[in-house]
Amino acid sequence: MTNASAPLPPTSLLDADEGDTTRKPSRLARADRRAAAATKKLSSPWTSLIAILIAVVWTVPTFGLLITSFRPRSEIRTSGWWTLPWNPTLTLENYQEALFGSSTSLATYFVNSVVITLPAVIIPISLALLAAYALAWIDFKGRAILFVAIFALQVVPIQVTLIPLLSQYVSWGIAGSFWVIWLSHSIFALPLAIYILHNFMKDIPPSLVEAARMDGAGHVKIFFQVLMPLLTPAIASFAIFQFLWVWNDLLVALTFAGGSTDVAPLTVRLGELSGTRGSQWQLLSAGAFIALVVPLIVFLSLQRYFVRGLLAGSVKG
Amino acid sequence: MDWFIHAESTGHKFALMLVAILLFVGVMGAILFGIDKLKKVPIWVVVAGFLGPTLIFVVFGLVYPGLNTIKMSLYDSRGNNFVGLDNYVTAFTQDQFQTVLRNTMLWVVLVPLLATAIGLVYAVLVDRTRYESLAKTLIFLPMSISLVGASIIWKFVYEYKPDQGNIQQIGLANQILVWLGLDPYQFLLNQPWNTFFLIAVMIWIQAGFAMTVLSAAIKAIPDDITEAARLDGLHGVGMFRFITVPSIRPALVVVITTIAMGTLKVFDIVRTMTGGNFNTSVVAYEFYTQSFRAQQAGLGAALAVILFVLVIPIIVYNVRQLRLSEEIR
Repeated sequence: MTNASAPLPPTSLLDADEGDTTRKPSRLARADRRAAAATKKLSSPWTSLIAILIAVVWTVPTFGLLITSFRPRSEIRTSGWWTLPWNPTLTLENYQEALFGSSTSLATYFVNSVVITLPAVIIPISLALLAAYALAWIDFKGRAILFVAIFALQVVPIQVTLIPLLSQYVSWGIAGSFWVIWLSHSIFALPLAIYILHNFMKDIPPSLVEAARMDGAGHVKIFFQVLMPLLTPAIASFAIFQFLWVWNDLLVALTFAGGSTDVAPLTVRLGELSGTRGSQWQLLSAGAFIALVVPLIVFLSLQRYFVRGLLAGSVKG
Repeated sequence: MDWFIHAESTGHKFALMLVAILLFVGVMGAILFGIDKLKKVPIWVVVAGFLGPTLIFVVFGLVYPGLNTIKMSLYDSRGNNFVGLDNYVTAFTQDQFQTVLRNTMLWVVLVPLLATAIGLVYAVLVDRTRYESLAKTLIFLPMSISLVGASIIWKFVYEYKPDQGNIQQIGLANQILVWLGLDPYQFLLNQPWNTFFLIAVMIWIQAGFAMTVLSAAIKAIPDDITEAARLDGLHGVGMFRFITVPSIRPALVVVITTIAMGTLKVFDIVRTMTGGNFNTSVVAYEFYTQSFRAQQAGLGAALAVILFVLVIPIIVYNVRQLRLSEEIR
């Protein structure tokens, strides 16, 4: 408001800008102007203060728990992690106890998490690839309706399906095994997987597929030689999504695995510990980071694909 | 046969995992190659082969259970006697469930709005600064953490020690209160504010998502628009209000509705931090307690259906807004 009413002569503004850019190679003019605008923005102390404040609130809680996980049990109980500089004793004992101690044995649950996650990522991809291929490149009656129906299923909250599914599994005698968790995660993932892969397949120029068909290529050839190389980024972004979702899931695992040592993943065990040993922070902090480290590595190394997946509108609940 | 179902040792578990992967990938591969081999097959065979497995999965795992749950919600706790809408009446009238519904409304209103606001402000502030990618990664990191992990992180921040003698606070939030000369506070126990401290955790997780999507939308605003606005004398807050926000409106709608849907189904945070005690329960958590703890199958099913019904207006709004923005374009 104040800016608009201020009698700013537009020429002077323009002059200032031009004067700035002419000193540098014209090729970089635009980037320079952007950088200039950026420094102007940051030079306001208030805006940088807000940005820094947000960044601090978003990192300090995690950082605090990380420090705590390396402090001896007696220290954790009597002083805050921020007193570390005055009392710098660190230990790996908490991790030792959390992973292999008989009361927690998170190592077993870690194995369960891995065993649950890999098939729960690969199975839906293998199913969805063929389904998306049919929906995108084979002309048949009712194709559009079928695609919309599968797409619409994304909105069904999984809570609606849990109890009937569970009783079905019980009657088949496979309840409490890895199979029901793999199956359930695969089912819940399919609508999203098909949606993402279908959209990417549709973006591939039809002429490519047509040309391959003219050359007499069958489905296998089209699939592996024309489509797959172009689909890798889409598959990667869905895979990361599904990986994080399954690894971090609590509800599905809790419903279908219960607390069993044989199948329950880390999240279930951690949730239990938080309830029964809520004050034993040496176990909880180390346990939280044992569960955290895998998704963190996956996420940081493949962030590019993850962001691309997000922007493709792929969000699941 | 039991070998293929239950595994106890680590080696056995991994072996079973490989069996499962090879089984599914093998079947899908066999279908693809099999249909390719038969040169002249009617189209419906091809479609059935490629889409069939998926349709069986989806109908078995989503459509049929969904319909079944709707039916169950009209029966009593054992599923034997038809009770009409009694379960829904219970869910909407009993005091306990009114708290649950009130909490759910608070979550669904506050989390999307605040997470989006924080994400948007942050995206604008760090846009095109020198540390942009690092700054964005910091906010984005909570997205990769499980809700259980995030709950533990924040439970530790909220940790409370009674204020007596020389006992030191070990939770950061209470230590800050003490530094400010205030009394330590039971963040997770004291009603009704404890719900807000749980909501803060969800905002902490979702702001990164909002920030990422909105940041991409901001970068997509054509340069000539911002340039022209700048020549017209728009800066700072004015630029934000009159140029940035209107230009990214479709992205804002997507972000808010997506977060709202995710929030509606939040379960892990409530379970890990308070176990639904102290009047912090929400519909998604109450569904779990009623179905699996209280053995009230009918009531649990009704709560699941309510969850489903609550999602629908959000989606309708989303679709309508997207249509509108496409018309304008």
